[in-house]
Amino acid sequence: MGAGHAHTLYVHGHSRIHRLAPEIKVASAFSVVVAVAITPREAFWAFAVYGILLAAVTAVARVPIGFLILRLTAVLPFVAFSFLIPFIASGSEIDVLGLTVSVEGLWSAWNILVKAILGATTSILLVATTEVSSILQGMGKLKVPQVFISIAGFMVRYLELIADELGRMRNAMRARGYDPRWVWQVGPFASAAGVLFIRSYERSERVHAAMISRGYHGSMPDLGSTRARPADWVVAAIVPVAAVVVAVTALVIPR
Amino acid sequence: MHAPDGFLNAGTAVATGAISMGTVGMALRQVKQSVEDNQVPLAGIAAAFIFAAQMFNFPVAAGTTGHLLGGALAAILLGPSLGSVVVTVVVVIQALVFADGGMTALGYNILNMAVIPSFGGYALYLGFRRLLPVSASGVVAAAGLAGWGSVILSAMAFSVEWLFGATAPVSFAEVFGAMVGVHLLIGVGEAVISGLALGAVLGARPDLVFGAADLSRADLSRRRGIPVRTFLIGGLMTSLLVAGIISQFAADDPDGLESVATETGIVQGADDQIFDSSLFADYATAGIENESLSLAIAGVAGALIVLAVGTGILAAIRLRHDSATTV
Repeated sequence: MGAGHAHTLYVHGHSRIHRLAPEIKVASAFSVVVAVAITPREAFWAFAVYGILLAAVTAVARVPIGFLILRLTAVLPFVAFSFLIPFIASGSEIDVLGLTVSVEGLWSAWNILVKAILGATTSILLVATTEVSSILQGMGKLKVPQVFISIAGFMVRYLELIADELGRMRNAMRARGYDPRWVWQVGPFASAAGVLFIRSYERSERVHAAMISRGYHGSMPDLGSTRARPADWVVAAIVPVAAVVVAVTALVIPR
Repeated sequence: MHAPDGFLNAGTAVATGAISMGTVGMALRQVKQSVEDNQVPLAGIAAAFIFAAQMFNFPVAAGTTGHLLGGALAAILLGPSLGSVVVTVVVVIQALVFADGGMTALGYNILNMAVIPSFGGYALYLGFRRLLPVSASGVVAAAGLAGWGSVILSAMAFSVEWLFGATAPVSFAEVFGAMVGVHLLIGVGEAVISGLALGAVLGARPDLVFGAADLSRADLSRRRGIPVRTFLIGGLMTSLLVAGIISQFAADDPDGLESVATETGIVQGADDQIFDSSLFADYATAGIENESLSLAIAGVAGALIVLAVGTGILAAIRLRHDSATTV
């Protein structure tokens, strides 16, 4: 699980990339990830080019390398299982460092690992240069249904609050000696989850009442967000277009 | 279950993406039509609740932990349509903002974690409700069983997707056996938490439970506590039994499979990876002694999933019509 709070994912800055309209950044990030995903795994050069492109974006955005690596290490345990594939896969085998592994399995592990890292880096860069509320706004401009955007907006806004509430409940349980080690001790935790749902629901009722009293009727007002200019699209298109060209080249040239 | 980018091939990603978009789009339209705007803050805060509950790991046995998936619980608390929308929001934000699960893997991640557990889990819940007594404990037990079933449905769905979009030479039978086997046990945790959490809500605010709207006050007061230990031991026994049965016919001789694979020396040409013209990924069926048996298992699993999800969707549509006519 990606634990942590949304605002710690953002690196404050005023770089060219920070200033780009969010819909441009969301569309670009998505195109880059698609390009990476369709690239054949034998095209090592293509993955190197993606790496360079992302490094360039990191440099222009002035996102500290340490921050990027720290965030990546939080994501990587979730692809750790790909290291198992060479051992369980079938096919011809080779010896690597004294271990017998499947050649095809190694290729697959490499494929999943490199694509997962490049994909995660892209989304980390997107969030590091764009506040979450702007990302949602950008998704709205890209024709994602408004109800969906509103729900996601509420979720992001209340996530921290509700996670804190769960943390406080957990502390209270610990203070009273609840320290579960086995799954049959899960009872109190589950009841706490139920109580948390009730508290969340009742909070949503209060929030809704407060919003109605301030004139809410179905959608949030747009607070002067600017439309992306065509020139911005052209400048921002450099990276995703380069990535797509690389992917298509890698697909077309004989291997 | 959060699959990263490039885990399944491009065709499977696009196909599952289309299915997910269609189903969630339908659920969104329904949510918009049938409810007032106060469902929007509710859905958002419920999504934050699911997200927070997923972050909180609970112990399974010394050293290992698990976490709630929450699709079935969300569907029973909020209704299948709103429940699936809420979990979809969680999965999308996890991919986009927390880099947890790939952006191009969203199609299958939404299908496996939001659509199938919500609609399939809700259909299972309705089924178990018919078998169990109309009382608070009946609802709690049905929710637990639906939670368990939703996790297994989701594991089956993943294996079937692997059959079409495998990117590694691990056969369908192996993936199916491992995924369903492991999730039979993981599902027990999901069952206990879904059941008990629902019981807590039912005890304090029964009016908030969508799936228990039919219960009267008298029904609700008829509750008999089920000891967690009994529930768990029963669940584990059933899981082991089912796992035993499945392993009997899914892969009766895994060593045999491996030896055949090495003897025949299946080395796939790597060049037909993406634009593979065959319907099934070569990897998933490679090295299987009895390909038709695998396909039969996949077919049965696929039919079960479609049946459960379809029933859930039908139930969601019917519920809306009912409420429209009575109001």
